[in-house]
Amino acid sequence: MVKNIKAEVKNLTFSYDKAAPRPVLNSVSLPVFENSVTALIGPSGCGKSTLLRCFNRMHDLYGAVKYEGKIILQPSGFDILSNEVDPLEVRMKVGMVFQKPNPFPKSIYENVAYGLRIRGIKKKSYIDDKVEDSLKKAGLWREVNDRLKASASALSGGQQQRLCIARALATEPELLLLDEPTSALDPISTAHIEELVGELKKAVTILMVTHNLHQAGRASDFTAFMYLGDLIEFGESSQVFTNPKEEKTENYITGRFG
Amino acid sequence: MADKTNARVLQQIRFLKAQDVVFFFVGLIVLCGAFLILITLILDMAQTGIPRLNQEFFFNFPSRFAARAGIYAAWVGSLCVVLVTALLAIPLGVATGVYLEEYASKGWISRIIELNILNLAGVPSIIYGIMALSLFVYQFGLKQSILTAGMTLGLLILPIIIVTTREAIRTIPNHIREASYALGATKWQTVSNHILPYSFGGIMTGVVIALSRAIGETAPLLAVGAVAFIAFLPTPPVMTEAPFVSFQWLMDSYTVLPIQMFNWISRPQEEFHVNAAAAGIVLLTMTLVLNTLAILIRYRFRKKYKW
Repeated sequence: MVKNIKAEVKNLTFSYDKAAPRPVLNSVSLPVFENSVTALIGPSGCGKSTLLRCFNRMHDLYGAVKYEGKIILQPSGFDILSNEVDPLEVRMKVGMVFQKPNPFPKSIYENVAYGLRIRGIKKKSYIDDKVEDSLKKAGLWREVNDRLKASASALSGGQQQRLCIARALATEPELLLLDEPTSALDPISTAHIEELVGELKKAVTILMVTHNLHQAGRASDFTAFMYLGDLIEFGESSQVFTNPKEEKTENYITGRFG
Repeated sequence: MADKTNARVLQQIRFLKAQDVVFFFVGLIVLCGAFLILITLILDMAQTGIPRLNQEFFFNFPSRFAARAGIYAAWVGSLCVVLVTALLAIPLGVATGVYLEEYASKGWISRIIELNILNLAGVPSIIYGIMALSLFVYQFGLKQSILTAGMTLGLLILPIIIVTTREAIRTIPNHIREASYALGATKWQTVSNHILPYSFGGIMTGVVIALSRAIGETAPLLAVGAVAFIAFLPTPPVMTEAPFVSFQWLMDSYTVLPIQMFNWISRPQEEFHVNAAAAGIVLLTMTLVLNTLAILIRYRFRKKYKW
């Protein structure tokens, strides 16, 4: 299985507080392969969500932060973390879905169309097509096509999360970030989303943080295990889960800690 | 042994329950007392004033004969002043609230500003009046005009609007902001497409309550020189000849309902007290209508947005 690299993390060191004795991310390097699902796992506080939120510069929302290292998007060679790059430009290329479903309290249609609207797209037929296309990709079209004007808050939790995925897909991101996308959902909705992730990787590269090891095993092609800000092990998920190289990884996936 | 402990627990429960009952009755009595006083005041005023509420009362200017005196100049003046107040205080207050909540970095400076605004909301209104007298009336030379009154009351309710705007914005969960930013929205897009629409109900509630306070204010307007005896209306804002709009009314002298009431109540003749009671009913109705409006807005928007 030879895959192209979609994004590459190079020696990324990051901390929220400069005075902190140890950085939240400590010289992390990691490839993200194209059209595959990469799972970030590790115990709470290991830095996996922090790493994910570097990919769309979410940290920049909360004051001046300093990234050391690079995240390069391929094939363009675009450095996400460069000081010259506007975080807005990054977020135009990288989509994100959050832990808690967070649709806007607007209609289903407006939720999906929002990303297009803020990019200045006004042509109704184009937006209509995109909304339908994205909802189909997110596996929600059949359930909502007759009530696109209804409020998104009326949907169930699982439907809301798929709506958020559709919203992120509408702008055709190069990379899709999922931050524990199923942790607030029931088992059936979770299964739905996992299935969907498997489908979506044909079109978009996915980086996913998960607390659920079974989910990482089932739904991902590659797994990165992080511990206290270090990347301990990275490899194909089948290898990481059945035959981990590092003792820490083994201890974690066998449930000895975490 | 076990029985003994059990008995003690039961005794304790009985004691605690008795406490509950006592507090229930204390609360009820206090509530009834407050309510009774309020009802008495309103009924007394209504009894005195209602017979006086006829068309002439609404459309007569003040007069030295109580029976011919009316509140025409007063309610028109009140409306004009509140209009100016609203036009000045709402944009300024809402913009400040949005700035402090969404734009300003959360450091010690913003905390000091926040503390000061909270304090300003509690400053006695006469202080605003004295400040406005020296600044607007003398320094800016705006005289005893509707503009001065509107600016004074605007200043007075500005902190209220800022505080309620911030509170309304704070009820929007952060994950909604993150959703917007993650799609590539700018700060202004996030504020104008999400923050303001979702907090609109809360902001309007605060605005309406602040305006209803402004309508009833008397002290600061006495300080900036509201006149009680006004036998004319402000200049009409629309003219028949070019340029058709006139802002002369802003510079006219004025009176407002509470000032008119204050004037009547301080006269010795009983008949004028009747007039004051009637004007009081009008004022109370205005505030009541505004407050009801605030409740309706809040109710409507609370149902509209669920997170």
